[in-house]
Amino acid sequence: MLRKVLALAAVVGAIAAPAFAATSSLEPKVQSWSFNGPFGMYDQGQLQRGFKVYEQVCSACHSMNYVAFHDLGEPGGPWWNPKYPNSNDNPWVKAIAAGWPRQVSTINSDTGDETHRPPTTADVLVPPFPNDAAARASNGGALPPDMSLLVSARDGGPNYVYSIVTGFAAPPAGLDVPPGKYYNPYFPGDVTANWHGTGPTPPGGFISMPPPLTDCKVTFDDGTPCKLDQEAKDVAAFLQWASDPKMDQRKQLGLAVMIYLFLFSGLLYASYRRIWRHVAH
Amino acid sequence: MSGHSTYEPKTAVERWIDTRLPIIRFGVDLMDFPTPKNLNYWWTFGGILAFCLVTQIVTGVILAMHFDPSGTGAFSSLQGIMRNVDYGWLIRYIHTTGASMFFVAVYIHIFRGIYYGSYKAPRELLWLIGAAIYLVMMATAFFGYVLPWGNMSFWGAKVITSIVGAVPVIGPSITTWLVGGFTVDAPTLNRFFSLHYLFPFIIAALVGLHIWALHVPGNSNPLGVDVKSKSDTVPFHPYYTVKDGFAIALFMILFAVFVFYMPNALLDTDNNIPANPLQTPAHIVPEWYLLPYYAILRAIPDKLSGVIALAGAIACIFALPFLDTSRVRSMRYRPQAKLYFFIFVVDCLVLGFCGAHEPNEQVIPGLTTFNLLDSDLNTYVWLSRIAAAYYFVYFLVITPILGLRETPLPVPESISSPVLSHPAAPPAGATASPEKKG
Repeated sequence: MLRKVLALAAVVGAIAAPAFAATSSLEPKVQSWSFNGPFGMYDQGQLQRGFKVYEQVCSACHSMNYVAFHDLGEPGGPWWNPKYPNSNDNPWVKAIAAGWPRQVSTINSDTGDETHRPPTTADVLVPPFPNDAAARASNGGALPPDMSLLVSARDGGPNYVYSIVTGFAAPPAGLDVPPGKYYNPYFPGDVTANWHGTGPTPPGGFISMPPPLTDCKVTFDDGTPCKLDQEAKDVAAFLQWASDPKMDQRKQLGLAVMIYLFLFSGLLYASYRRIWRHVAH
Repeated sequence: MSGHSTYEPKTAVERWIDTRLPIIRFGVDLMDFPTPKNLNYWWTFGGILAFCLVTQIVTGVILAMHFDPSGTGAFSSLQGIMRNVDYGWLIRYIHTTGASMFFVAVYIHIFRGIYYGSYKAPRELLWLIGAAIYLVMMATAFFGYVLPWGNMSFWGAKVITSIVGAVPVIGPSITTWLVGGFTVDAPTLNRFFSLHYLFPFIIAALVGLHIWALHVPGNSNPLGVDVKSKSDTVPFHPYYTVKDGFAIALFMILFAVFVFYMPNALLDTDNNIPANPLQTPAHIVPEWYLLPYYAILRAIPDKLSGVIALAGAIACIFALPFLDTSRVRSMRYRPQAKLYFFIFVVDCLVLGFCGAHEPNEQVIPGLTTFNLLDSDLNTYVWLSRIAAAYYFVYFLVITPILGLRETPLPVPESISSPVLSHPAAPPAGATASPEKKG
């Protein structure tokens, strides 16, 4: 039987498949997160610290086009406060929007001329560049990805972001790093063409972003030590929130739904046993 | 539906309606429908599938209210649903999870039909309609997957529409017509949205036919013997409404685990990147429910032959009632068929597993065997070839030949005759069991 199968398969298979280039990057370093598990929620202090890192460092190059200022004050968000159910009234949110370093481009409705206005809480976090071409021009041709969905768009999620930020390493001897690029063993890519050393090709790839964070690049207002590791974790947690802002709400509702469904199933099972009691089946 | 109506209009209004449009009679007969009393839990997946279809239509209609089916607006309107629409995240996650749940249920339903021979006379048309539903479901799911206009949506659409291009002579023209241009772009999204809204209603119509075709011969059952008397059946309501209801509630628990605790487990991270024609994802893979077919497609290096194999794999499902020569419906009484069936189930899972891997990836890491034709024997391409071969051999060789050559076990006379697995408790007030007499 097996021989027949093999013979049949041999008849149908003929042309060579393309060679598979083996490239790999290191697996992201797994961290423990407050939002892990079915009951895990965001740590509001961590989100606030992470936002500060984004605001002071990342936002110089990375946009966040799906996150509005008022989102920061929504339930589960960094500045959620039950005193302000409408996050547009939240004084912290208003202060962040008012203090944002960039203005929103608009037109003067009387003249039609291009002009600028200060951001309101309804605006998205005003991006650093007016368009992708401008972003590329300022970053050596590379486009800094929008950060609103960065965590959910990468395998490994927050662990990946944490690993990239903390994973910059001196290139091993024999690896030519192209100008304007940086070696990162956690960044997916293929460095084979630039490898002249002995032994197997090093893992990872070349990233256009220079190492963004160092110890005390950002200081924290709550007294948390400003270590690189802490900054990376906090910004990864903040970006996780940006990708999935409704997670707290989702897990809370989920618990109620699960309890309801278990009770409902039990009730239906009891009804089933009762209705079928006198039927042999 | 099949002429044994027990409905008697009791009021003047009901009589008036009944002589003009017997819609109450229709509903009552549907609820009273005599159903074999020995249906097991595998039979609850019909009801579960009806639940899935309704869920998808209701959530889908709501999503369409907030969705912008344009090349520039689709991706961000989805973010609007996820972030700004009240409970939009819930509705969308129910819809995306619901697609997978729908396929889980339909695969169990199909395997149940194969195991218990539910497609055999006089239920061939019932099976064919069911196979048509499955085909339209796959198309609907594919159109739906394109709508978020993420990068995997875009490249998935490119790969799947290019399959049509393999048809000789007219293929390229059909592809152009299907995608609305020379390549996948905004017009593709527009027409896929239109079709994604249309097809579920075609499914609903086919489900109506499926239930009609079911109600002519009535349900098959785990023993595969025909209903002989009234004592073999119970009315559909309340007996099966409560049993199906219980099964649906259990199914909803599984559903809710995914919706609330791992809504992204069945989605692709690449689809959170907006569609980008210049950036190909590292691995283009379809959703899990299409992976077995994807493996069959890629098992054959020649594109046209691969597409023929893919179409053939689906055609086998349609042809099953005419390939099976055995007159014994249930595989409970066909020990050999049972063995080949379970190998077939594992085979389909293996195909799905192969579809998720790169063809040249090693099945057992680090083991190099010998090169057969184009690649090493220890690769997913060879595993999928072996699995695809069994898939076709099962339908085209084993099923027809086994029915003629096997010796089935004796089949019970009727549903009530075999030893029942759940004997009835004596009715309240009845005399005690005979063995306890005296």
